[in-house]
Amino acid sequence: MKETVRVAAGQGFWGDLPDAPVRQVEEGPIDYLMLDYLAEVTMSIMQKQKARDPNAGYARDFVPLMRQVIPALIKRNIRVTANAGGVNVKGCANGVLDAARELGFAGKLSVGIVTGDDILPRIDELLARGIELRNMDTGEPLATVRDRIQSANAYLGAGPIVEALNQNVQIVITGRATDTGLTLAPLMHEFGWRFDDWDKLSAGTIAGHIIECGAQASGGNCQYDWQNIPDLAHVGFPIAEASPDGTFIITKHENTGGCINVPSIKEQLVYEMGDPHEYITPDCVADFTTIRLEDAGKDRVRVFGIQGRPATEFLKVSISYSAGFKAVGTLVYSWPDAYAKAQAADRILRARLDRLGLTFDQILTEFVGVNATHGSLAGDPIEPAEVQLRVGVRGPNKAPVERFTKEIAPLILTGPPAVTGFAGGRPKVEEIVAYWPALIPKKEITPIVEVLKA
Amino acid sequence: MKVQLVKLAHARSGDKGDTANVGLIALRDQFYPILVREVTEARVKQHFKGICHGDVERFELPNLGALNFLLHHSLGGGGTLSLMTDAQGKTFSTALLRMYIDIPDEEARSLGL
Repeated sequence: MKETVRVAAGQGFWGDLPDAPVRQVEEGPIDYLMLDYLAEVTMSIMQKQKARDPNAGYARDFVPLMRQVIPALIKRNIRVTANAGGVNVKGCANGVLDAARELGFAGKLSVGIVTGDDILPRIDELLARGIELRNMDTGEPLATVRDRIQSANAYLGAGPIVEALNQNVQIVITGRATDTGLTLAPLMHEFGWRFDDWDKLSAGTIAGHIIECGAQASGGNCQYDWQNIPDLAHVGFPIAEASPDGTFIITKHENTGGCINVPSIKEQLVYEMGDPHEYITPDCVADFTTIRLEDAGKDRVRVFGIQGRPATEFLKVSISYSAGFKAVGTLVYSWPDAYAKAQAADRILRARLDRLGLTFDQILTEFVGVNATHGSLAGDPIEPAEVQLRVGVRGPNKAPVERFTKEIAPLILTGPPAVTGFAGGRPKVEEIVAYWPALIPKKEITPIVEVLKA
Repeated sequence: MKVQLVKLAHARSGDKGDTANVGLIALRDQFYPILVREVTEARVKQHFKGICHGDVERFELPNLGALNFLLHHSLGGGGTLSLMTDAQGKTFSTALLRMYIDIPDEEARSLGL
């Protein structure tokens, strides 16, 4: 058994710095690279891609990334866990295997895939059997949006990923799985943690929570002493250096920018947290009020004392559904009286929308530079150099939203003066894909693990 | 004396659907009991009047010197439904740090405030 296992975060979200995972591999010793590709409604994008092309439906840029790092992965036995598979996990794996063969690693690389999360084909069967998949926030039954559903995936936990790692694969690709599971699974595999060792599973889960947002734990978006955080241009992404007893150190590669200290870790710990006593995952229920932190050297924080409780009988399900259309238009007004001009433009715009008989579920006006982030807490502005008028509309039908987008540019020649910021062209109409969180009994889901070889 | 929270704490905020969560972290251990005493759910709800349209819940994390606030119905529907610039609630942290609390002069002095 290894004495410590280093799990490195490759990205905080799909769209994060493209170089970050490569740097994690190249700039120091790591054992595992974890990558999270799936925001709440990403699966709906992937389902649409698969509907147009059966070979698509996964995070395409995972393949070129693997192409870049496969030689290093094999040379230094670094393993990868990633939920890049989307709704076509096999397609993603085949892309990676093709890359491996092209690089001359035929016979030398195997990929484990985890599926069983996709329940879209089963919705009617589940509803008929009384599994209502009620919205966890509103309590509504799924039947209310049945004909608008675009994707439905259960969040699998660490278990199937551990099973894949147990079969000596270099890379594990899943569909929908919890981000924390991508970090916990390597630790369970390496240290032999049992599925019912709740304290250790909670520790691995919390390690995952700390590193899953990438540099947000190593100096990025950090309020504490932000002006003195060194060299964010070359920020090092975090690494969880874990021990068999469940304690771990958060650190980063030497000679990288950013900063890891108790305050920066505290900020990431409270991020997107609900009730800290009950951080619920498929694998355990972690208690954030038991976490202890201490400085362990430059850019090293030890995390220990974590306790947790048994997992629940349910898995969370992420369902996406069509919820109408929206568009946002912006214009910039300059001094003098920038705010008053922007307000006048807003009144003119709304009067025109009224006259056209356009109705929306919501029209929202914000004044960027005055009160867009803090609302009335910001107080009155004092002679700003410029103010951005930002107006958004949302409604069930496309036509009124599209008509709205044609009313922004005309304000330049038909509204208040000293206006600019229109070169971006007409605002785009966006289809809204909304998120429907639900619960499903674990016994309804059967994860499937397969091994594919280059 | 009135002290603005930005002098006592740092914070980070995020979203859980239409709820913004704000973690408020004491800058020094000695400030935590004051935050517990003065930064109540009712006061935070009042501070965010017009922004938070639902309940405010507060959780204590004495191990981290932090409080976690959930501000329900603050994000215009949240996620992809929201039209807000800050649909993800990432600037609610600094919005909370604008809040003022009252600290007895003696206590404030002893803490170097």
